[in-house]
Amino acid sequence: MNLSEIFNFSLIYSALRLSIPLILASLGGIFSELSGVVNIALEGIMLLGAFFGMLGSYYFNPLAGIILAVIIGSLTALMHALLSIKYRTDQIVSGIAINIFAVGLTNFLLFLLFKQSGHSPEVKGFSWIIYAVLAFILVILGHFILFYTPLGLRIRAVGEHPRACDTLGINIYKIRYLCVIISGILAAFSGAYLSLGHLSSFTREMSAGRGFIAIAAMIFGKWKPIGALYASLFFGFADALQLRLMGKGMIPPEFLNSLPYIFTMIVLAGVIGKAHPPASIGIPYNPEEGE
Amino acid sequence: MLKNWKEFFIPILAIFLALILAGIFIILSGKNPLTAYKALYLGSFGNIYSLSETLLKTIPLILTGLSVAFAFRGGLFNIGGEGQFLIGGFTAGFVGFTFSLPSFIHIPLALLAGFLAASLYAALAGYLKARLGVHEVINTIMLNWIALYLVTYLVNNPFKDLSGMGSPLIKESALLPALIPQSRLHIGLLIVLILTFIVWYILKYTPWGYEVKALGFSPKAAEYGKINLVKNIVLILAFSGGLAGIAGSMEYLGVLGRIPSTLWFSGYGFDGIAVALVGKNNPAGVVLSSLLFGALRTGGNIMQRDAQISKDIVGIIQALVIILVVAPEIIRTILPFLKRKSENICLINNP
Repeated sequence: MNLSEIFNFSLIYSALRLSIPLILASLGGIFSELSGVVNIALEGIMLLGAFFGMLGSYYFNPLAGIILAVIIGSLTALMHALLSIKYRTDQIVSGIAINIFAVGLTNFLLFLLFKQSGHSPEVKGFSWIIYAVLAFILVILGHFILFYTPLGLRIRAVGEHPRACDTLGINIYKIRYLCVIISGILAAFSGAYLSLGHLSSFTREMSAGRGFIAIAAMIFGKWKPIGALYASLFFGFADALQLRLMGKGMIPPEFLNSLPYIFTMIVLAGVIGKAHPPASIGIPYNPEEGE
Repeated sequence: MLKNWKEFFIPILAIFLALILAGIFIILSGKNPLTAYKALYLGSFGNIYSLSETLLKTIPLILTGLSVAFAFRGGLFNIGGEGQFLIGGFTAGFVGFTFSLPSFIHIPLALLAGFLAASLYAALAGYLKARLGVHEVINTIMLNWIALYLVTYLVNNPFKDLSGMGSPLIKESALLPALIPQSRLHIGLLIVLILTFIVWYILKYTPWGYEVKALGFSPKAAEYGKINLVKNIVLILAFSGGLAGIAGSMEYLGVLGRIPSTLWFSGYGFDGIAVALVGKNNPAGVVLSSLLFGALRTGGNIMQRDAQISKDIVGIIQALVIILVVAPEIIRTILPFLKRKSENICLINNP
């Protein structure tokens, strides 16, 4: 077999296209987790973004689709924030509930509005290049906000030591709500890319685990926007290569598919440079509780 | 087994509220919720056949529910049920299609193999948590996907059947016999009820059960009390994973007869989390909530056929039940006359 049949420009394009949703959603995950809130609802929010993006484009235009996706994404994230910050429920459970809800709601509406259980009609979208440029700009912006502004310092401090921040008069709740909503906006936008860029229709459960790969990219990138960008590009490349090699019998595509998850476990175990999650991750802040 | 009925007040209320809230979705879609719920009920309990189908779906739900509940009791969150289901199921299937043995050896051997393989798989996350402090939630999520791709690879390559439909057919001697003739309900139901009793007994009467619960209340206090944290974390996740593994084993030995080539998550692993939460991590509660979720799964299909309402409304109901059970304050916000002390759960313990 000729290697240039596999490694050529179209492989790089394909890798870029497949990394866009990971870049956006992992950036969202970073904001939420750095402030101390686990968000495994990224997967569900992405799916909702894909559906409502398609819906907005179907009834109005692609831009309306993106706006609708982002609105629904931030409302869903607000729900996650309310559950985990106000009601202090377990954040993983809340995330799972939102993921189940998203699958149920999108399939329910797909059947109701289009009498379909597989995919929606074709809709207009935007070129993937626009999303790619936006994704890179957002990563740089995210990096700047998190590491070079007072707000970023506060976000990171709230995630590391909420009690100290509370004593300093930083409003922990406000920062956490803000960060979770940012993560919802980014996840929904990445979902909208799936139905209005990557493809031009919604298909049942089209997020297909990308929210979880984004979480893997976030961890692999050690909770840093630039790191997660590299991780997303790498996972996108593995995905593109997997599609390319399917049925050629060289490397099993399933092996390439599982790389993001294997790498994440290795990094967390500290084999190649230990990754440390924010110290207060997953723990709701309760001012009345002593340490 | 159910000492404190009051404990189930919130879950029952949550189920009713979720049905009412989901009813709003049904009304918005121009249908009558009562017609829908009637079809849902008839589809899950209406006759012997639908009841047997509901019970069939209850079998894996009880197992994954017990799996999650047992880990919760020990302060651990096993969200890797989907992966353990696949690993256990594949291993049991492998024993089922490879060996030729008399049934009374073949079936227990296959189930045991499924249990052990899934135990080892889950124990990996336990080991990484106990030795290196990596949170088990992330690792069990990662292991779900690794299992999906691993088993997909295995049934499409080394263990591919000539028919192209997946693994070879599991031998007759390893198939679980039917419990009711003319139905798909198999003897797994009885095995599962025995296993429920065993889990209840372990938690209630054995020294190990005491250690598990001590760990769940406070890992620090448990350590002061000379309880071996490393050993227990690994063992709890191993036992929890093994239960999910049996769920997968029974699905392939009792329902499908082979491991299909196009695999995706069965959903039983994730539903197990809902089952455990609604059942308040109590083995008897798990059985009752499995029955509810099994009925929703079975009845949903019939509802779609007879009332033309997407069966996916069931997912919406399920999500609402989970949210209302874990955040009972929401119920109190909706129904302000209920006054009870809040008892929110935070399952993640500080490292």
